Amino acid sequence: MAQQTPVSRGTEAVPPIERDPRLIVTATSPRGLITTALHRVRSGELGPIPVILGLIFICVVFQFAHERFLSPQNLSNLAVQIAAVGLMTTGVIMVLLLGEIDLSIGSVAGASAAVLAVLSVKQGYPEPLAIAAAIGTGLVIGIIQGTVFAKIGVPAFVVTLAGLLGWQGLQIYLLGDTGTINVKDGGPIAALTQTYFIPAVGWGIAVAVVLAYIGFTLYGEQRRSAAGLPAKPTMEIGLRALLLAIPIFGAVALLNQFKGVPLSFLVFVGFVVAFDLMLRKTRYGRMVFAVGGNAEAARRAGINVDLIRISVFALASALSAIGGILMVSRSFSASLSTAGGDELMMAIAAAVIGGTSLFGGRGNAYSALLGGLVLGAITSGLYLLQMDSSIRYMITALVLLIAVVLDAMSRRSRKLHARS
Amino acid sequence: MSTPVLELSGISKRFGAVQALSEVDLRVSPGEVVALLGDNGAGKSTLVKVIAGVNPADSGEILWEDRPVTIAKPGDAQRLGIATIYQDLALCDNLDIVANLFLGSEHTTASGALDEVEMERRARELLDSLSVRIPSLRVPVASLSGGQRQIIAIARSLLGDPKVVMLDEPTAALGVAQTAQVLDLIERLRDSGLGVILISHNMADVRAVADRAMVLRLGRNAGDFQVEDTSYEEIVAAITGAADNPVARRSGRVPVAGTEDA
Repeated sequence: MAQQTPVSRGTEAVPPIERDPRLIVTATSPRGLITTALHRVRSGELGPIPVILGLIFICVVFQFAHERFLSPQNLSNLAVQIAAVGLMTTGVIMVLLLGEIDLSIGSVAGASAAVLAVLSVKQGYPEPLAIAAAIGTGLVIGIIQGTVFAKIGVPAFVVTLAGLLGWQGLQIYLLGDTGTINVKDGGPIAALTQTYFIPAVGWGIAVAVVLAYIGFTLYGEQRRSAAGLPAKPTMEIGLRALLLAIPIFGAVALLNQFKGVPLSFLVFVGFVVAFDLMLRKTRYGRMVFAVGGNAEAARRAGINVDLIRISVFALASALSAIGGILMVSRSFSASLSTAGGDELMMAIAAAVIGGTSLFGGRGNAYSALLGGLVLGAITSGLYLLQMDSSIRYMITALVLLIAVVLDAMSRRSRKLHARS
Repeated sequence: MSTPVLELSGISKRFGAVQALSEVDLRVSPGEVVALLGDNGAGKSTLVKVIAGVNPADSGEILWEDRPVTIAKPGDAQRLGIATIYQDLALCDNLDIVANLFLGSEHTTASGALDEVEMERRARELLDSLSVRIPSLRVPVASLSGGQRQIIAIARSLLGDPKVVMLDEPTAALGVAQTAQVLDLIERLRDSGLGVILISHNMADVRAVADRAMVLRLGRNAGDFQVEDTSYEEIVAAITGAADNPVARRSGRVPVAGTEDA
């Protein structure tokens, strides 16, 4: 207690601000870039590297096992297959960012699909109206579940477990005795997964996306240097644009060799990009991360925590409803099996495999795309090899386990790093 | 001594049968660090909560720049210009420094997107003005040391342009070098004309930065010392109740009926 803390009293001149020796090497050279990357990996900031490596590995293995795996037709089918569950994953990611879980998304997708089919086929409403009603169903369900969770304080796990049962009951009730309602071929619902864009449109979208990325990044970095802040060197922007352009142009080239870019895949990727921008660039997204990181701190900062929670559950259910609509579109029918199988588990697994943490506050919307591609590739590859779904479950479980272990390890590494 | 920015007189607060504060006085002037000392249960936290508006006082007068005011809720204290930094710093570990500094009051561009450039520029200005050096403004707060986290929490409270800053045990659980960083910052706050109320258990910290030491004992004022010309033993004596000074001698034990002891 009597020990004097070494503090210089009085007003000594503060030394001029010099470069802090602890400062992480600024990435201005290729070497700097590599050093920064290594530093991040060591401190537990793995980012999307493991899942991208895993995806490449899976593709290589299946291509060796079956020469048609990387064929345009197979990849095009894969793109259409992953869209529906991918949208559910995007919703689950929002919930996982809060540090919560939503077990009801499968049932919500099924119930919304039933609403869609009943309204458009049995009641004869125009299909676009039925689509809007199905999305509205998801939204209302999400608001109900979110309110029970946020306002009453029932754990989200239990609320959505009740939802899992309840909305599945609603789905069975709505579908009635027959259990299956077929939607008509050629209508707007069927068109969602039947539409492919001509090559020129695909190329146009690819060029527009890459140019928009370069334009916005250059503009942002220019503003940063104008404000005297460290900005990314032009070389790094070029490198990033190249890394973005290769998969985009590659995918468009492949898809164009079959039927073109599928509309349903574009809807999925569009939602992923929109949610990514919302999470990273808007106040709402910042609030979601804050509530997921430390709800008490968010509350003290004046954030309406309850409203954020309810809105996130509403968004998750609405996205699940859109996923359900795509499922109806793909099978031309709403049935008892629509989203009644492993869709819920696959959606949550895809989010975690894609790199969104189960512990809340960490993750991004692109996890839905990456995780969906990994699971889709496994499903598609094993299907080509004519293997049973028993094998698929076991392999998926293994991949999921690896992803969760990586998540837990990087979390521990971050904690250790923080103490040093 | 200039006019106090915040002056409390005759503050009493009762929780059921416990008289947590009785007739407590406290004043802080601009550019002054007042240490609030006392043993566990002496009423320090209760007094902090009274000032912060979390638990308003039962009776007593609060003067803010010579005007009587009432602080009934946390918002009142914030509007007056009282910033409180509690022991749990209320930072979001997963967000970076800039995001934490501006949490809840983010700047946005005309298009409604977050204006990261403006926020980072202002964050840099603010931390530079405090002569705080942080490796990078874009690292998650989780990767900062305890002292740096404390500094971010203090810097965050300064964005509201407060006139009085209350710090609850800012150096508890900090290492020597980190404690020095935080104490340096407290001195800088004082030099920029803020009134600082420092709650601390650590006499070394108090002697290093405080101008006055206000001792609470069993919910009463037990001494008000100029730190410069008071010995360490005198202050400790006031805290423990062994002091031989008029204020301590006058104030007895907790005056709850029937529990008076020798």
